Amino acid sequence: MSENNVVIVDARGSFCPGPLMELISKIKSVPVGTEIHVLSTDKGSAKDIPAWIKKVGHEYLGTEEKEGYWVVKVRKTK
Amino acid sequence: MATHIVIAGGGTAGSIIANLLARGLHEEINKGEVIVKVIDKEEKHMYQPALLYVVFDRFRENEMFREMRDLLNPSVIFIHDEIEEFDFDGNTVRTKSGKKVNYDYLVIATGSKPRPDLVDGLEENGDIFYTLEGAKKLRDKLRKFDGGKVLVSVAAPHKCPVAPLEIIFMLDEYFRQKGIRDKIDLSYTYPIGRVHALEPVANWAVPEFEKRGINYETLFNMEKVEQGVVHSMEGFEKEFDLLIAIPPHKGSESLINSGIQDGWVPTDRHLLKAEGYDNVYVCGDTTNLPISKAGSTAHFEADVVAENLIAEIKEGHPARDYDGKVMCFIETGFSSATYVWFNYTTPPDPVPPSKMIHWLKLGYNRVYWLTARGIL
Repeated sequence: MSENNVVIVDARGSFCPGPLMELISKIKSVPVGTEIHVLSTDKGSAKDIPAWIKKVGHEYLGTEEKEGYWVVKVRKTK
Repeated sequence: MATHIVIAGGGTAGSIIANLLARGLHEEINKGEVIVKVIDKEEKHMYQPALLYVVFDRFRENEMFREMRDLLNPSVIFIHDEIEEFDFDGNTVRTKSGKKVNYDYLVIATGSKPRPDLVDGLEENGDIFYTLEGAKKLRDKLRKFDGGKVLVSVAAPHKCPVAPLEIIFMLDEYFRQKGIRDKIDLSYTYPIGRVHALEPVANWAVPEFEKRGINYETLFNMEKVEQGVVHSMEGFEKEFDLLIAIPPHKGSESLINSGIQDGWVPTDRHLLKAEGYDNVYVCGDTTNLPISKAGSTAHFEADVVAENLIAEIKEGHPARDYDGKVMCFIETGFSSATYVWFNYTTPPDPVPPSKMIHWLKLGYNRVYWLTARGIL
């Protein structure tokens, strides 16, 4: 799914494999520079995803709280 | 004119749907008003969970296959051919032998495929058990293995999310039974920040790892494998004498050829229809839904797809939504097991492992063929 060149990973309601695993799966298949928004109903992902992004070296663009879910924004940098 | 329902793939999802349709629409099929076809490149249906047991010499090859033709209701037409491309706008499937199969309704149930070729050096330096050939090769290596570093390394996305935990616990017990556990350094790596995607399962598994002396590392994504060492995307390394990898998966080449990225079909999470196509359902591993790629997922989705197709044909509209239900047994060795079930709104809550659940799993391994026939 993509909107204005942003790739959306809709991981709402995902207990297994979960939002971070969905992001890891997706990030491998998009070009460097792509912005990915992960939609998650799991509050823990708002912490887990930035931690992984930092470890791998991608760019964390922030987290936005919506009604009942979070949008974690990432840019693939390598 | 008859209504043609074409099911692409005769695996768990495809065979359940075909058999449920054959029963639910038997009057229409008998009158020639509905024709149900299944297309698959394989002539035999494999019970994939048996691969885990093949590794440990606990399942024989002949027990894990049934002829596709025998598994499908006699009123279902089976086309033994490989799908090369889908033409979603032309309502046609093109096969390798040159057939063009037209449909009024299509069900995409082409599954997922382990792709060790996507990790540099993995095919040359690692083992996988997600194929029969790989499971048998690993079994033969384990028979001779008498000590060293054994590493189970997990990539994403992959099917059967509990299999990595099952194999690490079974390896621990296998080496103990052989009396060589003290000569084995057993390690496990996982892509996210805990040892399993399901938090309650991870919370249960960590004390088990510690009790059994299994080393683990999280936030580790295989990027490159060289002889004796795995390099991670995060910049770390793990040494091994035997690498058992759970490789990343992709959907069917036929979907990738048809413009579907990675072969994961954008799917409505409740109706299980392909986004933008009202006459195309998607079922099992090949959806892009953020849920487990597992046989039970395919099974529960297949029930919904079949019921909706029957309702659409009889009454003109789908009957119900899929609620995200998944149920997985988790073997915790050779004599105990637990299970989890969850859906889009209910988190999993694993029960303490017991012999009874293990026996239930062993029993299900034998009665699976009733599931494929759309009975259980």
